[in-house]
This record gives sequence, C-alpha cells and structure tokens, in this order.
Amino acid sequence: MTAPLLSLDNVTRTYMSRKGLFGTPVGVQAVAGVSLEVRAGETLGIVGESGSGKSTMGRMALGLEAPDTGRVALGGALMPALGTADWRALRKRAQMVFQDPLGALDRRVPVARQIAEPLEIHGIGSPTEREDRVRQALELTGLSEDHGRRFPHELSGGQRQRVVIARALITDPELLVCDEPVSALDVSIQAQVVNLLIDLQAERGLGMIFISHDLRVVRQISQRVAVMYLGHIVEEGTAEEVLRDPQHPYTQALVSAAPTPGAQRRQRVILTGEPPNPAARPTGCAFHPRCPVAQDRCRWETPALSQIGPGRSAACHLITDTPSAGMAAE
Amino acid sequence: MTDMLASSVPAEPARRRLDLPWYVGVSIFWVGVMLVVAIFSNWLAPHSFTALDLKYRLVAPFQSFAHPLGTDELGRDVLSRLIISIRVSLLIAFGATLISAVLGTTLGFLAAHFRGVVEQIVLVLADFQAAMPFLILALSVLAFFGNSLPLLVGLMGLYGWERYARIARGLAIAASAQGYATAVTQLGAKPARVYLRHILPNIASTLIVSMTLVFPEVILLESGLSFLGLGVQPPMTSLGNMVGYGREYITRAPWIMLTPSLVIVMTTLAISLLGDWLRDKLDPTIR
Repeated sequence: MTAPLLSLDNVTRTYMSRKGLFGTPVGVQAVAGVSLEVRAGETLGIVGESGSGKSTMGRMALGLEAPDTGRVALGGALMPALGTADWRALRKRAQMVFQDPLGALDRRVPVARQIAEPLEIHGIGSPTEREDRVRQALELTGLSEDHGRRFPHELSGGQRQRVVIARALITDPELLVCDEPVSALDVSIQAQVVNLLIDLQAERGLGMIFISHDLRVVRQISQRVAVMYLGHIVEEGTAEEVLRDPQHPYTQALVSAAPTPGAQRRQRVILTGEPPNPAARPTGCAFHPRCPVAQDRCRWETPALSQIGPGRSAACHLITDTPSAGMAAE
Repeated sequence: MTDMLASSVPAEPARRRLDLPWYVGVSIFWVGVMLVVAIFSNWLAPHSFTALDLKYRLVAPFQSFAHPLGTDELGRDVLSRLIISIRVSLLIAFGATLISAVLGTTLGFLAAHFRGVVEQIVLVLADFQAAMPFLILALSVLAFFGNSLPLLVGLMGLYGWERYARIARGLAIAASAQGYATAVTQLGAKPARVYLRHILPNIASTLIVSMTLVFPEVILLESGLSFLGLGVQPPMTSLGNMVGYGREYITRAPWIMLTPSLVIVMTTLAISLLGDWLRDKLDPTIR
C-alpha cells in the first residue's frame, strides 16, 4: 500500500453568519469532522445536495481554505499556511477546475496566455519552452492553436472548460479538484469533458476529487464515492457498490431519484421535509427529520461513520446495529 | 471527438478597421492641439505673456496684426497669455487627475485586499472627503500654506480620489468573490500580480471613464479657485485666472474672458467625448 496523496484528517470548517443588523453571529458548520484519503491515480467522487459542504471540502483539500480543526496533508506534508510563499509554491502541485469556466478566465487575455500563466507565476521554463508546453496542453485537451489566440467569450462553454483544464494541468499537478466541472455544460458536452478528464487521469496518474451532484457522472468517473449530508460523510465505498447497493437511507433516496435508462422501475424513495439547513442542524443524526426509517435514538444519538464491509463505511444506527437485517426502505 | 470539435470552429474574423466617429476625430485633434500648445508654449507665444503694450490697450481681435486675439486692459497680448494659460491649466489638470487616480485606486485595492480595519479606515476617509466641500478644504490649505504650483497640483490631486477608491474597492471585491481573480490566486500568483495584471486591466475602462469625468472638474475647480484669487497668482496666468480677471471688462472687451472660456469648454468636452469612446474601445467583449 502506498501512502495516500492527499489526506484529510477530521477536518471541520465553521462559517460565522449574522442574521439581521443586530443579530448575534451564528456558527454554520459547513464541514463537521470529515476524514478522507485520495491516492495517486484514483478519483474520489463526492456527492450531496447543495449546502452539504462538498465545495468547502474541495477548497480545504486544495488548501484554499484553512480548516478550523483537523489536518490536511498533501504528499505526506502538512498544508502550509494560507498566502505564504510555501503555500504559493505548492499551488503547482494541486490545481482546481471550476464550475463556471467563463468566470474563472480573465476575459481580457487570450486563452493561450492564460494557460501559460501558471508557468510564468512559478518561473518554469524559458519563453519558448512555455510556448511548447502551451501547444501541448492545447492539443492534449483537444483545442487548436487558433483557439489559443481567442478570448474566452469567443469560445463555447465546453471549449472554455477545456482551457481551464489545460491551465490546471500545465504544471503537471499531482492532485486535481474538480468542483462541479460539468454541471454548467450541455449534456453532450458533459460527456466530452468527463471523457477528457478520465483519459487525462489515466495517462498522468493524477489523484482527483470530483465534486458533483450528478450521480451518473460520478459513477462514470470515480473509483470511490463519498456521500455527504450536512457536513458529514454518511456513506463511503467503491463507486460501483455504493451506487448499485446503497446502504444509508439518504444514499438510497439519492440513487432512486436518479433516472437509469434501461433499468426496471424501482420504487422511488421520496424525501419529505425541509432541505438541509446547515445553520439549524438537527440533533442526533442530521438526516433523521427526512429519514423514512428513522427511529427514536436517531433523534438523540449521532451515528459514527463505521466500517460495514471491506472498504465500505456508513453512518447509520440501523446499519451498524443489525448489519444482516439490511434496510427496509424498499 | 476532439478533432471534430476543433475543426468545426470557424477561423477568427479579421480585425475590423479602426473607424472613428467624426466627433471623436475632432476631439482627438483638439486635445492633440492643446498638448502641442502646452509643450511648445514658449516658442509658440508671439509675445511675452507679461509684456505691456500700453499704446494698444483693449484692442479687439482681428484688428491688429501684432495681436490677432486682441489685448487686455494693460495691453498684454491675449493669444500669448492664452497659450501660457493652456500649459499651466493642463499641467494642473493632468497632474491632479493622475495623482487622484493613482491614490484612489491604490487605497481601493488596499481596502479590498486587507478588508477589516484597513478597509474601514479607507472608507471613513473617503466619506470624509466626500462630505467636505472641496473648495473649503482648498481655501484653508492655501490660506495656511501660501500658494505655489506644486502645492496647488498636490491639493487638486486630492480631488475626486474617493470615487476611484470606491470603484476600485467594489470591483476588486467582486472580482475576488467570483472568478478570475480567485482562479489566478489559486494558481499561486502573488497579490501584486492579481491586482496589477488581472484586476486593474479589467476595471481600467471604468477608471478611465471616471478620470475623464474628474479631469474637466479639475479644470473648472482650478478656474474657480483662480477666479476667487486663490489659484494661480498673477503675474502667472491660467485659464481660470484669465476668466477671473477678465470679467471686469466683460461688456467693453468680452474677448479677454471669452477666449479662455471657449478653450475650457472645448477641452473638457473633448476629453469627455474621448473617454466615452475609449471605454467602449477598451472592452474586447464589445467589439
């Protein structure tokens, strides 16, 4: 077993938010004690609703945000403090692909120059070498040199996302965090970008975190999946197992809500109640107000994430207590 | 899949010829003439601007070959005085506009970058500047520190900085909150690179428009101060100074006052038109 490329150890992140002019600040726990590992060459998919803390976790994994408690380590070394020279130097090893490629690009600069920018920032190569690498990066992501001379608004959404990916990959990073990279794109373009990411990863042995709320895409690209709900990981395992045979009631609801072409119609688990509000976290299991099989103790006792099989874990009293009984949701 | 995508994109259209609207051409011409006059004023002026010619007092324009724009009450050549005035006024206006733009933008960026206490201090200063009638500030400074050209330029440089500061701060915060600035920071860029190479070019069009608004105001402010006798002191002359001293003869010799007034109006108008056109041209997304 090799050491993990990235490890998050029990990280939490709380935002302070104030209600009204004189309201007292309320802590909103976006990520509450999450531990994760990503190995080189592996893709970890993170799924969950809006507000479940997926993006915050991605930002902490990259070191763009410091966790309040817990440790983030990349390649065995602790993440340096935000904004220091060490931190800036580390940027070339960990890159990000954004949800909105138009927003992530400077609209006044031709895209080839933006792709070259990480090389300039980190002082890599001579000007001619940089040009070569930009040409390679454009080719790698399926863009022509002509595209490189254009401005971001002169490209289509899929092409812009390719530019962002080319810029992220030009420094040969070890870790790539993709924060909903395809949710702003057309379905046909989504497939192209996802395939591109899969190819690039296989070719370069990147460690990748793929954040999405689209289960089909996550299933296609990830080897492992972590399901988040209100800042907690509720279920984790290989993508195949988790999405084929979900154990946690929340994962079951998510999976049943995603349409699968050709599959027999299953009974859908319809979630009732309010969507999760991180500012008013329920006591006990955070999911209990919407859980179809919640029991009395779910209201008071927070279930811990524990192993339920090889490489598979879940946080639910019903599973950990009676592993053989299975879930009665269907 | 990727080949198909690459080949289906049409070639970049050829850049269109730079076509100027006529009024922009006229504005560029006018500002160019003003700059040439300002730079070469010592050679262009036919007479010394202080030279008295008592035989030819209050000569109307186009009456005398020696004084094409007439003379004032002391027989000084209006054309020569106008040429020197253009230099002095433009120097004050350009200098002051640049100082206030640099000062305001820098403070705005500092506020956006550090937030917290720094931001509060900058905003309080900006509010203070906006609430204080500038003429009163100028009057008190000039009354206590006397009058010199560098002091006047520096003082005028305080005029309008709060607008740049607010604009720069707001736009920089917006840029950092949602997009390219975050992306570049994430790539490992130092703050100087983020602010100067990315945010500044992106907000330059707004700042330039703001500059072209402040520039005429500075010319008018200098005119106002000179009119009150607090700006440029005689025997030195400026456009506002000429208007101020010429007003006593407005019925008998209107040309003393009207020629500098015309130059003020034309220059401020030309700069405003130019700024409006530049803003559109500087934005690659509306080409």
